[in-house]
Amino acid sequence: MLDGRGTLKRRAGARLWLSGIWLGVMALLALFAPLVSPHDPLTQDLFAGRLPPFWVEGADPAYLLGTDSLGRDVLSRIIHGARIAFSVALVAGIATALVGSLLGLLAGYMRGWVDVVISRLVDIWMAFPPVLFAILLIAVLGTGLTSIIIAIVVIDWTRFCRVVRAEAMNQSAMDYVSSAVVAGRPRMDILWREILPNVLPTIVALLTLEMGIAVIVEAILSFVNLSISSDAPTWGGMIAEGRTSIYQAWWVLAFPLGVLFLTVLSFSQFGEGLKDRFDPVLR
Amino acid sequence: MSAFLTVDNLSASIRGNIRQRVLRSVSFSIDTGEVLGLVGESGAGKSMIGKAILGILPSAVEVVEGEIQLDGHNLMAMKQADRRRLIGATAALIPQDPLTALNPSRRIEPQITNRLVDILGWSKRDARLRALELLDEVHIDNPERVMGSYPHELSGGMRQRVLIASAFAANPKLVVADEPTTALDVTVQKQILRLIRELQTRHETAMVFVTHDLGVVSKVCQRLSVLYGGMVVESSDVPAFFGGPGHAYSRALLAATPKYTDPEASLLPVDEAVIAQVSGEVLAADEGWRHGA
Repeated sequence: MLDGRGTLKRRAGARLWLSGIWLGVMALLALFAPLVSPHDPLTQDLFAGRLPPFWVEGADPAYLLGTDSLGRDVLSRIIHGARIAFSVALVAGIATALVGSLLGLLAGYMRGWVDVVISRLVDIWMAFPPVLFAILLIAVLGTGLTSIIIAIVVIDWTRFCRVVRAEAMNQSAMDYVSSAVVAGRPRMDILWREILPNVLPTIVALLTLEMGIAVIVEAILSFVNLSISSDAPTWGGMIAEGRTSIYQAWWVLAFPLGVLFLTVLSFSQFGEGLKDRFDPVLR
Repeated sequence: MSAFLTVDNLSASIRGNIRQRVLRSVSFSIDTGEVLGLVGESGAGKSMIGKAILGILPSAVEVVEGEIQLDGHNLMAMKQADRRRLIGATAALIPQDPLTALNPSRRIEPQITNRLVDILGWSKRDARLRALELLDEVHIDNPERVMGSYPHELSGGMRQRVLIASAFAANPKLVVADEPTTALDVTVQKQILRLIRELQTRHETAMVFVTHDLGVVSKVCQRLSVLYGGMVVESSDVPAFFGGPGHAYSRALLAATPKYTDPEASLLPVDEAVIAQVSGEVLAADEGWRHGA
């Protein structure tokens, strides 16, 4: 508690661990969904519709978190929904990071016309309302996992581009870059070996944030039924279904919403924690 | 013998505004093994000159006129790639701020050896041995350990030693030292200056030594140029300069240097009349330049 560095480190540690554990558990559940989920997420049982979660009177202990109006197990649907959410988060997050960071690095380091072209493109891009843009894209591309991922990359690369560009500009102004220029090292070599490693912590923090955003976007698209086939278990889809029966069966809405919230929060906190951990100066 | 580095009538302006000059027709030359001090207040353009020579001017500034001859090559007439290669092979920079001059996310070893291996084609082993030898030369006690360290694990003085070692790694014929001791505290400054002088003498390097400290100039340089507003106010041999500067501004600058023996009497600002005079000269030079251009 005495020095600022120590306290900072401890705080970063706590949130890194808490968010990391949550994400780890969710990822494992997603990976082994068919093995760990107690029921088939698609099997309907109209006689077991709207069963409450286990601690409420009238619950069936076989359905821990209750069932929805079609008698499907909420827990199993959440676990299978995690599969879709995490696939989208990983693939879309990484693809977005690659595209955005690459353009941002080039713009921030090369400056000149490259920067002008990329920056104007970002400005124009950001003028589109993102959710409408996504819905429009899905309408053109058709529904399905790939379309969602493409839509997220197309909408969100600007987030990386802007931040990475600024950071690359910062780093380019450092004396160690000047020294490398004087040494006659090729420009691309300087970009990869001098600048990129120093921008990387920022990219990692953004990446985890972006994974959280990808989960939200996927949920939004599922909510408006533009994700994948409508009976597939997605968190957004579950929230949409739960909304219609909120007064009769709150748990159908509440559990996927809570899981969604915690997952997105964990992604952003995990990123911040990692950034602090890997910052060479704070380390 | 012709000079190793000649800067002739060099002017640099803010990009897109040719009339706003940051360097005003600067000329000087340096022989092999000679140290030239560039002295002036902050904003006088002394660092800009070093950056112009090495081709690392900030993107907002461009050279608009003049020539730089380095080792018989006209830098301004060369293609950018050739120029960078020539500078990479013959020149080096000792930067001002040891905090930002080393890449924080890389270990020391590759930061010294990169250039030897990639640009000059040394083997990894030779480069490593050379780096160890250099760290020893700059009086670092435990070169092995330092090579494996990250910059933030070293003190400011240590980092500056590493930077000096790195600058002299490829036996440069020209070193631009851009206020190499400004960011260090006074006790370390002295050691670093001695070190730079030692290496410079041993390697017979031509050196541009940028500083605002006339005390440093008297210890390190043979000749000096005093700058004001990007213009050379006076060029002179160091002994002659300290014997009695020719220009009123130089005299005022010398008088403004704190004297540690007499702290009470030392803090003399440069007289306003002198500022007015030298600013007038700068304006007159600009006037003449515009008509010429």
